[in-house]
Amino acid sequence: MAFALTPEREKEVDELLTHYPNTRAALIPVLWICQRQHGWISPEVIAWVAARLSLSTAIVKGVVTFYTMFFQEPVGEHVIWVCRTLSCDLRGAKAIQEHLEEKLGCHAGHTSKDGKFTILKAECLAACGQAPMVQIDDAYYENLTLEKLDAIIEGYRSGEPPAPADYQLAATTRTMPTPPAPEPEPEPEATLEGEA
Amino acid sequence: MADFKPLLSSRYDLEDSHTLAVAEKAGAYKVARKALMTMKPEQIREEVKKASLRGRGGAGFPAGVKWGFLNPQAGEDVYLVINGDESEPGTFKDRTIMNGDPHRLIEGMIITCWAIGAHTAYIYVRGELSHSIAYLDQALEEARAKGYVGDRPFGKPFPIHIYTHSGAGAYICGEETALLNSLEGRRGEPRLKPPFPAIKGAFDQPTIVNNVETIASVPDIVEMGGEAWCNLSRLAPRDGGQRLYGISGHVKKPGVYEAPVGITMRELIYEYGGGMLHDDRPLKGVIPGGSSTPVLRPDLTIDAKDEEHPLHAWHGQSEIDVPMGVDTYRAMGTMLGTCCAIVMDSSVNMVEVARNLMRFYRHESCGQCTPCREGGAWLVDVLTEICAGRGKVEDVHRIVDISNNMMGNTICAFGEGTAMPMLGLVQKYREEFVEAAEKGVPLDVRHDASTLELVRPGGRAA
Ligand SMILES: Cc1cc2nc3c(=O)[nH]c(=O)nc-3n(C[C@H](O)[C@H](O)[C@H](O)COP(=O)(O)O)c2cc1C
Ligand code: SF4
Ligand code: FES
Repeated sequence: MAFALTPEREKEVDELLTHYPNTRAALIPVLWICQRQHGWISPEVIAWVAARLSLSTAIVKGVVTFYTMFFQEPVGEHVIWVCRTLSCDLRGAKAIQEHLEEKLGCHAGHTSKDGKFTILKAECLAACGQAPMVQIDDAYYENLTLEKLDAIIEGYRSGEPPAPADYQLAATTRTMPTPPAPEPEPEPEATLEGEA
Repeated sequence: MADFKPLLSSRYDLEDSHTLAVAEKAGAYKVARKALMTMKPEQIREEVKKASLRGRGGAGFPAGVKWGFLNPQAGEDVYLVINGDESEPGTFKDRTIMNGDPHRLIEGMIITCWAIGAHTAYIYVRGELSHSIAYLDQALEEARAKGYVGDRPFGKPFPIHIYTHSGAGAYICGEETALLNSLEGRRGEPRLKPPFPAIKGAFDQPTIVNNVETIASVPDIVEMGGEAWCNLSRLAPRDGGQRLYGISGHVKKPGVYEAPVGITMRELIYEYGGGMLHDDRPLKGVIPGGSSTPVLRPDLTIDAKDEEHPLHAWHGQSEIDVPMGVDTYRAMGTMLGTCCAIVMDSSVNMVEVARNLMRFYRHESCGQCTPCREGGAWLVDVLTEICAGRGKVEDVHRIVDISNNMMGNTICAFGEGTAMPMLGLVQKYREEFVEAAEKGVPLDVRHDASTLELVRPGGRAA
């Protein structure tokens, strides 16, 4: 089936093209627009983008295959990226992944039977201070517990996803720590001894 | 705790700090207006040079010196490209600027464009941070509406156009030449250098690539004067100003904190980070500035008896008591990197840490160079064998051998970024690798009861 962008999205493409000195530079943003409409980058999408930007399909495909966020096959209605890099793993990311797999009945890399969720493993998503975390579609959910995760999944199932992480980060990002707490400074000696 | 005034993060706590109304009321765009109306480009460049602003993206190169490499020929357009790829594991500071105070970045970009003669600037943001792009786009919309960005910024006939550009999931696009390829609609594969971007960068034109935080620091430098800003640092004059520190892993209060350049890792962990997460689990190691920087071990001391040694002042002290600076950390055999630390307590097994990180590098190598593409994969294979209990002591040598063969043999610094932390872990925790090679270890970083507690009902992460 041939692919085409909606007229509103076509306008977005026209606008995008004004940002760059050549058309090729708009390739990644245009692929994004297509994926937002179509859900994944199908061969038809590749053909359409190639024609629209006067590029060969090989060039478009080469770019699509380089970037992990472009889906080369259909995915579930929602994509859950579980961060499994070090900072998250130190704070329970593995338990988050296993809980999701059990709850949704599919392993990472797969889509749940009802087609609602795809679980994917992600590399560090730049929210390490709020670990563990997942990204669902465009939204970040941070400082997760299994309980919070359950509520989030239920929210997506019922069509009312909870608000994502507070992007202003007020809760986890402070200009300065609370003034020197009266709590005793950890004894450096003790630290070293425990280590020896 | 140091006595200082927050600059970069001074507007974070205001409600709706991302909006122009709030940011402007708190001082945004004052400096850009002054700079464009009253200062010459070379004056601004001079202040940035005096500031000793070391790049905040990882390499610590002085921004003023980099700008000085520009030498545009007739008919060439200068570009400014902001690196908001922020993908180095452990790093989450630029996101706070893009979300919490996008107007500070935009103001810095306006001033920088004027200073280096650029009419077009891009902010390249990793694809996952689509919410950050939304904040930036909204802020740019507001700045355009006010006429701060556009054909006549602040009435000056010097057009400045700023656009965001989204990546699509690839760590390597943080490397500046890969980023430029990605900006141009290509695969994010690093280019051979030279030519450096300042000579031939975006669209083959002279280009300055700087990190988000680097450019967000420019308004304060211009306002205070380079020298005064530089002197905020404890390591002035070589490494100036204030910066954002991140801390994650096993501490009580992970987060992003602003502080002068040159606080110690001990201060960062025990004062800013609130100390170790579990009081009965002491610090075992800390990765100081993103996963590519070799680990520090608190029970190792600095050996710098020689008075000429750059670290002589800290001879005999713990590695975590050396001030955090680009040069001090390099002298210690590690790197300051992005200044975002990953803290690990005594329950962590360093072989598993290595495996977690090497998996990352295997996944993210762009594949152009054999030592990087194959080396990363071999490291994961060897580490997996060790963890699974099928290792031999020779495997520890093999890890060192593979890593050494990656160093210096690749197009971009990703190869070293893989090998250096690997070598650091083996050198500093050798006994653990040998033990694992003999006995094996469970296949993950830490999956004991205390980790589960963190995420279970009522857990600490709540
Ligand atoms: C593999 C690799 C990844 C990098 N990732 C980033 C990044 O995510 N963000 C960043 O600002 N710089 C990153 N850099 C550093 C950039 O190449 C470049 O040095 C930096 O953007 C220059 O800005 P600065 O001088 O302001 O630090 C990376 C470098 C390498 C080798
Ligand atoms: S070192 Fe690795 S990431 Fe860098 S160009 Fe070579 S293969 Fe690509
Ligand atoms: S390690 Fe998970 S967000 Fe950085």
